Amino acid sequence: MTLTKMTLAAALLGATTLGAQAADLRIALQSDADVLDPDQSRTFVGRIVYASLCDKLVDITPDLEIIPQLATEWSFSEDGKALTMKLRDDAVFHDGTPFDAEAVAANIDRSQNLETSRRKSELSSITGVEVLGSHEIRFDLADADATLMAQLADRAGMMVSPTAAEAAGDDFGLNPVCSGPYQFKERIAQDRIVLEKFADYFDADKYHFDSVTFLPIPDTTVRLANLQSGDIDMLERLAATDLAQAEEDDGIKVESAVSLGYQGITINVANGEKGDNPWGNDKRLRQALSYAIDREAINQVVFNGAFAAGNQPFPPNSPWYSSDFPVPPRDVEKAKALLAEAGFADGIDLEVQVPNTTVPLQLMQVVQSMAAEAGINISITSKEFATLLADQSAGDYQASQIGWSGRVDPDGNIHQFMTTDGGINDSKFSNPEVDELLNKARKSNDQAERKQSYDAARAILNEEMPIVYLYHQTWIWALDSDITGFTPYPDGMIRLEGVKKEEG
Amino acid sequence: MLSFILRRLVIAIPTIILISVFVFTLQKLLPGDPVLAMAGEERDPQVLEYLREKYRLNDPIPVQYFTWIGNALTGDLGISLRTNQPVLELIGEKLPVTIQLATMAMLFALIIGIPAGIFSAVKKGTVTDYISNVVALSGLSIPNFWLGIMLILLVSVKWKLLPASGYVPLSEDPIRSITVMLMPAFVLGTALAATLMRHTRSAMLSVMSSDYVRTARAKGLVERKVILKHAFRNALTPIVTLTALLFGELIAGAVLTEQIFTIPGFGKLVVDAVFNRDYAVVQGIVLVTAVGFIFMNLLADVAYVLLNPRLRKQ
Repeated sequence: MTLTKMTLAAALLGATTLGAQAADLRIALQSDADVLDPDQSRTFVGRIVYASLCDKLVDITPDLEIIPQLATEWSFSEDGKALTMKLRDDAVFHDGTPFDAEAVAANIDRSQNLETSRRKSELSSITGVEVLGSHEIRFDLADADATLMAQLADRAGMMVSPTAAEAAGDDFGLNPVCSGPYQFKERIAQDRIVLEKFADYFDADKYHFDSVTFLPIPDTTVRLANLQSGDIDMLERLAATDLAQAEEDDGIKVESAVSLGYQGITINVANGEKGDNPWGNDKRLRQALSYAIDREAINQVVFNGAFAAGNQPFPPNSPWYSSDFPVPPRDVEKAKALLAEAGFADGIDLEVQVPNTTVPLQLMQVVQSMAAEAGINISITSKEFATLLADQSAGDYQASQIGWSGRVDPDGNIHQFMTTDGGINDSKFSNPEVDELLNKARKSNDQAERKQSYDAARAILNEEMPIVYLYHQTWIWALDSDITGFTPYPDGMIRLEGVKKEEG
Repeated sequence: MLSFILRRLVIAIPTIILISVFVFTLQKLLPGDPVLAMAGEERDPQVLEYLREKYRLNDPIPVQYFTWIGNALTGDLGISLRTNQPVLELIGEKLPVTIQLATMAMLFALIIGIPAGIFSAVKKGTVTDYISNVVALSGLSIPNFWLGIMLILLVSVKWKLLPASGYVPLSEDPIRSITVMLMPAFVLGTALAATLMRHTRSAMLSVMSSDYVRTARAKGLVERKVILKHAFRNALTPIVTLTALLFGELIAGAVLTEQIFTIPGFGKLVVDAVFNRDYAVVQGIVLVTAVGFIFMNLLADVAYVLLNPRLRKQ
């Protein structure tokens, strides 16, 4: 009896403490961020934290247009080999260092030359930086680079305080100093990252919380339970299977945006000995697999219809999607005919490696039963993710269920996977014509011309099918119904400009 | 007594060395490359090579082991590959969290398990005995994760009584810290309470039928005194052993409980470290846990001697 009373009393006290922190926005993330240094970091959730912590040279709109952030205007030279930018003169870093052209030059240098920098390839086209004035700068490029602006709208364009970066070196991530609307306060690994409002931010009046707390809560059910119990204000990546439950709750609203990424089955075409098999050697088998799959049914069965069926590296709503090749309907007869043509009228085996988590396993079981009807006997090898990645990279696999989180510029979704020397071309697909088209698309600043190149490459890739694309994830955010002003973005980031909590 | 403790400490040293070698080599047998796991979507070969060099992953395994153990002896357990934080600092940050959880869970287990065990032994064969046995069995059989999620849905989402998950340090806000920890400690404590109850019951039963208990009763002592002073004190030795061993189970159970309730403790640290192949963190945790476990057992041995005068003479 006393224990019950104590519990109740403690709970009540706990509740009062909660109420007092109304000016804090609490956001639950699916996992913990890695090191908080824009030049070294790799995780998606890390980028969500940066959206409040570190401003970039440019930003994007929900329609993926590039807009000013720290750079106010910019222009490319005629030949596309020089990019001139004018910078804001009212921005300062959290440590008081003024933001200017020298700071930008130091940042580009750090991204390109810090040994642990993960941004080297993203900025590889920049060969020289010229400070033109206190707030004007020119980047000289080896060749025209259409992807550069999109890179500068992400981590490669995030500006860290040169003073702090110089002092901290590799350890900058333990106490990051940027110029965003919120500054770093504290981090307890696997527990929380706390940012507090930066009073000297140039647009400070558009940000309405005194502090923002990011809490990694990996379990989707527990994440939703925290929102329902009022312990958090917002969560990212609600599971599609929890959508109905969240929508029924009056205290919660749901926002969503189709992501820039994709999920599919990568087939080992020529990566080591394991690529030398009928699946790697005969494109008809890969086409047959694609025909055997009902992509819309997958979306309905595995994702409650919340995601988008897909057959290209870009989702169907993207301006880069090639309308010449719409998502194909399932055609088992055609799949069987292709198998017979390839000499496997009696069926053929395929071993697919899958990350050992619920969704990929469910997905592949559905694919397995669909493929079986066409005579393709899929055996599923479930692997822990780090192992799967290592085997895939080493070519120790026949087919692999894997995806890509997506990039703002179309190049990021296709070039490194499908060109002969592509950094993540684990299929080791190689086609000179595709190489040429994708390299060309990368160098042109004319959107129509780029689209033509991507469409032409699609025609070849759709025939060769080294990756059988399956679907595009939808980012789903669940918010307390008191939160207003939230805008969903296809890059999955949480931008807090204009976001408010209406009391009551 | 002192020589007894010293003897035990000397035996502990080879055990710890063996464990450290074992963990180190087992971990290297795990498939998956830590640098690649860490790289995620961005795999710049140059950077990967630099990191392999930096964390000495290219050295032969024995060289890696001796470098590590050499540093460990000077108190340097390396740094986390994932967050660049020193491992010792990470452990220092997480250990108090799990200790708090384990202590609260143990309290739950002792408060529920021992009285229930005594009660059920005293009332052997009655309805009360059967009921407490059924309850104990369910406590053992209900999986932690299920009970955890059910409690969250009921207590936090539906009744809004306790926070659903998370952690607040004791030093920051003691009341809230304990409040947040109530549900996870209860979940972790239930299975232990059941084990404790079953063992207390059987230990009590065997003691209750012994001669000295009959003598005590014959002397005309009140039943309460017979049970608590004569029977229970003698039944305590096996319970103490069990409690010390259960601490190991507690740490293991904490792994799952911390995942469910998102408590940033030792268990969560080790799970994330294994998945990310964060070798230095895994090794550091295992080493610290092994030392802790050996220490707990030593404490239990000392406790027997204090509880049982007969052992003192040996």
